[in-house]
Amino acid sequence: MIVEARGLTVVYGRNGRPALRGVSCAVEERRLVAVVGPNGSGKTTLVRALSGRLTPQAGTVLVGGRSVAEWPRKDLARQIGVLPQREEILFPLKVEETVLLGRYAHLGPLAAVGEADRAAVRAALERCDVAAFAERPSDSLSGGEWQRVRLARALAQEPRALILDEPTASLDIRHEMELFELVRRLVDDGLAGLVITHHLNLAARFADRVVLLSGGDLVAAGTPAEVFTPETIGRVFEWPVAVPRWGGEDGSPQIVPLRPGESAS
Amino acid sequence: MSRSRLALLVVGVAACLVAGLSAGSVPLAPGEIWAGLRNADAPASVIVRELRAPRVLLAFLVGGSLGVCGAALQAMIRNPLAEPYLLGLSGGAGLGAVLAIATRAAGAWAVPIAAFVGALGAVALVYRLSLVAGRRLDPRVLLLSGVVVGSFFIALMSSIMVLSDSAATRNAFLWLLGGFGSSSWQSLGVFAAYAVGPLALLGLHARSLDLLALGEEPAQYLGADVDRTMRVVYGCTALLTAASVAACGIIGFVGLVVPHAVRTVARPLHRSLLPLVFLAGGCFLVLCDVASRVVVRPLELPVGVITALVGVPVFALLLRRTLT
Repeated sequence: MIVEARGLTVVYGRNGRPALRGVSCAVEERRLVAVVGPNGSGKTTLVRALSGRLTPQAGTVLVGGRSVAEWPRKDLARQIGVLPQREEILFPLKVEETVLLGRYAHLGPLAAVGEADRAAVRAALERCDVAAFAERPSDSLSGGEWQRVRLARALAQEPRALILDEPTASLDIRHEMELFELVRRLVDDGLAGLVITHHLNLAARFADRVVLLSGGDLVAAGTPAEVFTPETIGRVFEWPVAVPRWGGEDGSPQIVPLRPGESAS
Repeated sequence: MSRSRLALLVVGVAACLVAGLSAGSVPLAPGEIWAGLRNADAPASVIVRELRAPRVLLAFLVGGSLGVCGAALQAMIRNPLAEPYLLGLSGGAGLGAVLAIATRAAGAWAVPIAAFVGALGAVALVYRLSLVAGRRLDPRVLLLSGVVVGSFFIALMSSIMVLSDSAATRNAFLWLLGGFGSSSWQSLGVFAAYAVGPLALLGLHARSLDLLALGEEPAQYLGADVDRTMRVVYGCTALLTAASVAACGIIGFVGLVVPHAVRTVARPLHRSLLPLVFLAGGCFLVLCDVASRVVVRPLELPVGVITALVGVPVFALLLRRTLT
């Protein structure tokens, strides 16, 4: 178990509604967890709590068996790589330099960039298929390329777990699929993965486990087939859906929102 | 950096220093400067050694320091318009310095301390004001409060100077407009002593500044201690600004123009950006000082006037670019 949350409750402000209420989840090696749920269900709050950016009012987050709050930031960055949702480019760097920033947690303030750092950057660039434009400025990239560069930067941290917050928001089908395929390969090669997404159908096809949040509560958790039932999805997203299988009886459940007058069968 | 670029840089810096030594009410040829530097009996010796050398070196150090302040503040608050003057640091430092002089509380070594206290006060006030506007710190609001607080402090400072009946305090008015006319080896020594620590500390945080420039959240995920880095940057830039205000008055826009100019040529990480900005800032202020001596010879314009004449159009240009 690399990252484990137990009974997380997070309240913003003084008397606000809890953004998370007693949520537990775990991220382990070679497993991809997808966190899904309607807008405002607490997905991004979960990322912030798992990565130690906010302190929960109740519950604990353990990273490698130790409370996340006890980890110095640098050491934590070697355990978990996080891709936050938004990142504006204000001062553009070359792609290679951007990825080199992932080595921060491995470099002292005076240390020169060493062979191990260069090797890690090269491996990350190649892994994410962005080595070809290593010399290009980051503000000249397309949305899909930029996401892959940011993923490469997280890989350069050489973490044990990856946490991605809506990595494919505003990407087209090809770039979306490329990114999910890449994340799946990284997880198969040994990383632990947690991805937040609005794409239920991709979550069903790529994730080993799905965590469904609604209004700060954990509504369901399990394999995609266990979580993605017409009743649960219809109730949580407040829209009737059909859930056919792609690729036969045991294929991954795919969610089809229904129009008025259509029925599930 | 390639060897030819490095050579170009060295030649450029040397040329600026020579220009600084040669310009003035008595123009000197490079040969005369060389003779004056080597030989105490040479005709130009006093001018070169006692007047111009400390002046040029002080202008270089102050320019470099203000440039570095600008680059660090820009990365930290993620706004290419940030610099000590526009963030209110200079105003706070000026008020602190004037209070110390008006109450006759301070000698040459203590004025920078009073200015430092003033600059930190300005930082705290600017920060507080921007937080009133919203729970999350917005870089644009931060800059706006900086301009407001800076103007307020400068108004206070001007009132104290006008109301004070001591002639020495009124003379301070000319000094606060920014100038190197009264530079001496002593003022150079005081400035260097105060500046070396914060410059080194900012250099040590170059990698953290790279991360902070990405935004607070990504910086933290990549391993930066955001709060500590911000405290270091505020403290160091406040001290550098204070020392420079105490040495040569309020000089604005160096921290704006120089990092921007360097970034248009190269887009390096802060480990190279900060040294480059230091050298370029030094050259820029030495040349501005030359211009202040040459334009209306034998009178001298305050060098702050020259940097503002160059800086304001650049500011307008940058503003247009960030808002579109």
